[in-house]
Amino acid sequence: MKILIKGGNVIDPANNISEKLDILTDGKVIAAVGKDISAPDAEVINAEGLTVVPGLVDIHVHFRDPGYEYKEDIITGSRAAARGGVTSVACMPNTKPALDCAALIQYVKNKAEKAGIINVFPVGCISKGLKGEELAEIGELKAAGAVGVSDDGRPVISSTLMRRALEYANMFDIPVMSHSEDLGLVDGGSMNEGYMSTYLGLRGIPKAAESVAVTRDILIAEEVGARIHICHVSTANSIDAVRQAKKRGVRVTCETAPHYFSLTDAACDGFNTNAKMNPPLRSAEDVEAVIAGLADGTIDAIATDHAPHHIDEKNVEFDKALNGIIGLETSLSLGITNLVNTGKLTLCELIKKMTYNPAKIIGTDRGTLSVGAPADITIFDAAEKYVVDVSKFASKSKNSPYGGMKLCGVVKKTIANGKIVYDGGIEI
Amino acid sequence: MKHLLGLKDVSADEIKNILDTAEIMKKRLDGDVKKFDDLRGKSVITVFFENSTRTRLSFELAAKYLSADAANITSTGSSVAKGETLIDTVKTINMMAADILVVRHSSSGAPKLVSENVDCSVVNAGDGMNEHPTQALLDMLTIREKKGKISGLKVAIIGDVKHSRVARSNIYGLKKMGAEVVLAGPSTLLPARLEELGVRVYTDVNKAIEGADAVMGLRIQLERQKSGNFPTVREYSELFGVNSERMKLAKPDAILLHPGPVNRGVELTTEITDGAQSCINEQVKSGVAVRMAVLSILAKNG
Repeated sequence: MKILIKGGNVIDPANNISEKLDILTDGKVIAAVGKDISAPDAEVINAEGLTVVPGLVDIHVHFRDPGYEYKEDIITGSRAAARGGVTSVACMPNTKPALDCAALIQYVKNKAEKAGIINVFPVGCISKGLKGEELAEIGELKAAGAVGVSDDGRPVISSTLMRRALEYANMFDIPVMSHSEDLGLVDGGSMNEGYMSTYLGLRGIPKAAESVAVTRDILIAEEVGARIHICHVSTANSIDAVRQAKKRGVRVTCETAPHYFSLTDAACDGFNTNAKMNPPLRSAEDVEAVIAGLADGTIDAIATDHAPHHIDEKNVEFDKALNGIIGLETSLSLGITNLVNTGKLTLCELIKKMTYNPAKIIGTDRGTLSVGAPADITIFDAAEKYVVDVSKFASKSKNSPYGGMKLCGVVKKTIANGKIVYDGGIEI
Repeated sequence: MKHLLGLKDVSADEIKNILDTAEIMKKRLDGDVKKFDDLRGKSVITVFFENSTRTRLSFELAAKYLSADAANITSTGSSVAKGETLIDTVKTINMMAADILVVRHSSSGAPKLVSENVDCSVVNAGDGMNEHPTQALLDMLTIREKKGKISGLKVAIIGDVKHSRVARSNIYGLKKMGAEVVLAGPSTLLPARLEELGVRVYTDVNKAIEGADAVMGLRIQLERQKSGNFPTVREYSELFGVNSERMKLAKPDAILLHPGPVNRGVELTTEITDGAQSCINEQVKSGVAVRMAVLSILAKNG
């Protein structure tokens, strides 16, 4: 089915396009981008007043499949992605069993392809069983389709194993996506150390628990000349470590999550377990540093760390609650509300960090509207406001701190591989 | 007042009302017959997920002196040990027509979570490092009795402030009642940005005690030494323990408080624990009175 999207404000950072144009797909790929395209046999989407961008690429999600399907599975996760305008995700390997062999990578790909909703790119483990002891078969993982390796959820404690992982993965040009954390410094903490942890009587996690490990991992990557991608940076010093490393020419990229530029640890007040994640929500100064890092290009990508948990895992004592929040269905509007509408980023810069940049990190040709590229397209109203209603989320889990919050930016249609996978209500 | 979860969210007027009521209760404790009708027909259940002797006994006696039906459950040997969630446990107790649940838990915020899932009243008997409101109330009652007032007094709290729910509740309560609160302890046992709670913070115990009207020693958990917070118990007591030399820096009529049980020779010397300024035994009696007051007020309002 050909689709013709008429009159939308097209933003395609890869091709420096930001103007009112039409886009034609041929059913699979983008056939034409230009003015006044006509195609009598195509379904026409009137995108007047709407913004048309490459389908969003989120390189850090947890789909919990296999093993924890009561939280999320590849199908519900894909639907949540589509509802958030996300057409490609990289899903983390901390499943049960963990994605540490080719067969499991294949399982994820097969299930996602059969569902036919969005593109799911699996990330393989760094170490067998995420145990941090021996390298996983990274060569085979890559051959089976893994787009990166990560022990996300926990750090690679051994500096030597991290060094080997970086050296070894580098042969296959596959990024090590590092969850950098010094567990010794975490010392049983359950939220950011600061005024709020003192006020609530909760054990604090110092910022150095992240910054120290980020710095370590960058220095190792620098010495062995390997690529490294730092996941979910949240502190000013982590961001500065990346900034300085980039200046030295280190092959480092990093991502942050929407909650690190939209919330502070004040959200934990009242023992709100939907404000508990790892890394934890930080101070106002860190939020400023995250925004500055996004603005000056230090932070390459925005990824949600979409981490579904069952209500029973969140409706418990704060220190016993599991870490993480879902994010796929709010990421675009949080970016528009907190970065674009505040004048920190242009809409084009935001979209670049949610499409082209993350696509490059995982080495896919998606995240652009180039002619011939897969027809992954998201259409949204950048000005429409809405109140977040978690009961409407497509995700199986509802652990979001944004329920009831008024945000700006509503996804209208999501097209993946030429097929409409989410339809928010405008007529075709 | 439906619940007493912490002094963070209680007004000065409510604190004053509790202390005034506790004063009456304390007089009653001196009588021959300690049985009153305030809580007749009401049930008070102590639900302790963490070990305690004195606080639990204090609550149970307070309930019984006021003619409540009192029962208790502890985590060992109960459904909690079988893996039941906190919410399921307290909902079950609630459905047995409980009027007041008295909850102690090792997790900060647990009593608040309980209060959101039951329709009876909830009293926090100590949650993690968060609050221990009845302890602070009994401290304030003792101070008020001995000093005639709380407002304008300088209260020095010495020791492991970081892990102390007693310190936090006292900070919130004493500040609301107009006292000046100063704290001292080793920097490893002072929580981040403590001064933002409106208190002065020292690592020099002498500076904190200087000119104080009341000095409160906090119990040091000896396992804090093993986790690297101070090198030896010997150095701790030397640098941060309260002794008679240090008590001399306080006002001559200053009183000494401690939530108990005391590690003699560690945070307090035996000499001052048993000395003339010590109100540690009086605090225990104030504790029963304060808990009688809290239970009776909640029973009326709940």
